[in-house]
Amino acid sequence: MSEQPILSVRNLNTEFVLQEGKVARALEDVSFDICPGQTIGLVGESGCGKTTTLMSVMRLLPSSGRITNGNIRFKNINLLGLSERQMRDYRWKEMSIIFQGAMNALNPVMTVGDQIREPILLHGLMDREKADARVDELLDLVGIPHARRDQYPHQYSGGMRQRAMIAMALACKPSLLFADEPTTALDVMVQAQVLELLKEIQERLKLAIVLVTHDLGVVAEVCDSVVVMYGGKVAEYGSSDDIYNRPQHPYTQRLLASFPDLNRPGESLASIPGTPPRLTQLPPGCRFAPRCHKVIEKCQQATPPILEVETEHYAACHLCQGTEARFQ
Amino acid sequence: MTQHDLLEVRDLYKYFPIHQSILDMLRRKPPNYVKAVDGVSFSLARGEVLAIVGESGCGKTTIARTLIGLEEQTDGEILFQGECVGAQERRLRAGLAPLESAGTVGTREHLALPRIALKRLRQQAQMIFQDPYESLNPRSTIFEIVAEPLVVHGLSRSRGERAARVKKALEDAGLRPAEDFSMRYPHELSGGQRQRVVIAGAMVLQPELLIADEPVSMLDVSIRAEILNLLNDLRRQSGVSIVFITHDLGTVGFFADRLAVMYLGRIVESGPVKEVVANPSHPYTKALLSVVPVPNPRLRRERVILQGETPNAADVPNGCRFHPRCPVVMEKCKETDPEYKTVGDGHQAACWLI
Repeated sequence: MSEQPILSVRNLNTEFVLQEGKVARALEDVSFDICPGQTIGLVGESGCGKTTTLMSVMRLLPSSGRITNGNIRFKNINLLGLSERQMRDYRWKEMSIIFQGAMNALNPVMTVGDQIREPILLHGLMDREKADARVDELLDLVGIPHARRDQYPHQYSGGMRQRAMIAMALACKPSLLFADEPTTALDVMVQAQVLELLKEIQERLKLAIVLVTHDLGVVAEVCDSVVVMYGGKVAEYGSSDDIYNRPQHPYTQRLLASFPDLNRPGESLASIPGTPPRLTQLPPGCRFAPRCHKVIEKCQQATPPILEVETEHYAACHLCQGTEARFQ
Repeated sequence: MTQHDLLEVRDLYKYFPIHQSILDMLRRKPPNYVKAVDGVSFSLARGEVLAIVGESGCGKTTIARTLIGLEEQTDGEILFQGECVGAQERRLRAGLAPLESAGTVGTREHLALPRIALKRLRQQAQMIFQDPYESLNPRSTIFEIVAEPLVVHGLSRSRGERAARVKKALEDAGLRPAEDFSMRYPHELSGGQRQRVVIAGAMVLQPELLIADEPVSMLDVSIRAEILNLLNDLRRQSGVSIVFITHDLGTVGFFADRLAVMYLGRIVESGPVKEVVANPSHPYTKALLSVVPVPNPRLRRERVILQGETPNAADVPNGCRFHPRCPVVMEKCKETDPEYKTVGDGHQAACWLI
C-alpha cells in the first residue's frame, strides 16, 4: 500500500441517540484505507455496522445519528470539517453509492433514463443535450440497450435494475464508489454478471470500490483487502489473501468455516450460535466473547486492542500476538 | 424408479394461460401459455435429498407448488407413495379438453390409480417457504403456529398430547427450551429463529416429504449454516425425504444426494451430486458451477458468465431451449431438441455435444 490512499478512515465513532435517551454505539474506532483502483470489502453479519460506516463517510446519517470522534480524509481533505453545503459537492461527483436493494431503490414513476440523468443536471455539470448523450454513454457502459432508456423500473428485471443503479452511481464520474450489498437479492448467474461488470468498470475508470456484503464468497472473488466487522468494531483487517488463508480472529475463522464449499461436501458446517449483540447492551470486554468458541477469562473483562499481527494485517483479539497497531 | 420410491413425477407439465384481450378472443387467436414446467420427470427415494437448481423463472417453485397441490398440473403424473396427486383426471371428468400442446393426455392407466386426498397428501408432504418474515402469522403465538397443523388435521386432540408434540417439534428445530419461545410472537424472533419455527411447523406432522423452497436464501451466512445443519440433522433423525430448491449450487453439495439442474421448464442434467459436480456434462451446469463463489482468493478461476437472463417462458426458443445463451452452440442445436443421454451411473444430460 505504497500508493497514497484516496480515502482514509481513522478511529471513526458513530452513535445513535434512541428514545428514552439511550445511546447505541454503532461504530467504535473503525479505521481503514483504500487506494485508487482498489476494492475493499466490509464483511459481517447484519447489524455489525457495515452500512453505518458507509453512511458516516457519506455523511448521510439520519438525524438521530452523529459522529462523535474520528477522522475521514478523502483526497487529503477532512470530510468531517466540511459544511453540509460543501459536502454536497463531494456526494455523487466524488463519491457515490449503490444502495442496498435495487428492487426498491429506484423511483417507480420516473423512467430509468431520467433517473440516470437527474444527478448530472442537479450538479449542473452539463446542459440537457449533453446530459442525454452522457446517459447513452452510461447505458453502454453497463450494458443496457438504448431502447430501454424510456422504460420504467417495473419493466426491468432484477439484474437490469442493478445495472441501472450502477449507471446512476457513475453518472458524475466519481472516483470512489460504495456498493451496499449490490448482489444480495440476485441469482448466482446475475450476481456473477454484476460483479464482472463492476470489475470491468473499475479497471476502465480506475475507481476505488468499497463493497459491503455478508457473502464471503463474493468478497473473495473481487476484493483486494477485507475489513471484518463485528458489533460496530473492526475484528480483523488485512489483504484478502491474509484474511482467507491466515485468519487470526475467531470470528473470521468461524465465518469462513460456515461457508458451504462445493469441494468439501458432506462436512458439517460450523455455525456461530446466537446473534450479534444489541448495540444498547454491549457486553463488557470483547464484543464477540459471548459467542466465541475460544473465549478466555480475559475476554470478558478487557476490550482487546487492535494488534498488527503481520505487516498490514490487523486483528482485535486477546489470543493474537503482535504489536499495537498505529495507523498513520 | 423402484417400488420403494416415495415420489415419482412423470412428464409433468404446468402451463399458465396468458390473459387475452377481448379483441384477440373475438379474432379467435389461439391462447398463449407461460410454459413454466415443460415435461419434467424425476423420482425420489425414501430418505433421499434431491436438489433442484436453476435461475429464477426456470420453474423450480412451480414444481414445488404442484407437488403439494397448490397448483394443478396441466398434464403428467405425480405419484406419491404410489398414489396419484393432482387432478388431470378431474379435468377429464369435468369434460374439459386436455391441452393439445401438452402432448398425450389422459391415458386410462392412471385413472385407475387412487387419487390421494389433498388433506392426506398435505399431512405427509410439507413445505418450507423462502421468506420467514412473511410466512408466519404475525398475530399468532409460536405455539399456535406450530400447533395449527395438528388442529387442521385433527391429530393429538388432547391438550397435553398436543403441547407435548409442539414442544418436541420446537426443540427438534433447535428452539430450546421450547417454553421460552412458545408464548412469543414472530416479531420477537430473529430471521434464523423464525425459519426454525417454520421448520418446526412443517415437522410437527412427522411428514414423509419436506419441500424446501429456497429456505436459506434470505438469511445471513452464519445463520444459513445453522439452518442447513438443522435440515441435515432432521433428515438423519427422522428419515424424511427432502426436495431442496435453490439457485445456489454452493449450498447443494453440502447435503443433497442427487441434483437436478433446470433450465426454462426442463431438467437439463441430473444425477448424484458428487458425480455431477465432478463431471458436469451440460454447458449450463458447467456455467452454473463456474460462478459459485469460492471463499479463497487464491482459487479465483475462469468463470463462464452467461449473458442475459433466462428467456421468457411464454416464448421458448426452438431446438435446444438453451441455445441462445449457450457458449458452445452448434447449428444442430437451433433446430432439434436434444434427448436425454446417460453419461454415467444415474447421470443424465440433454445436450447434442454428449
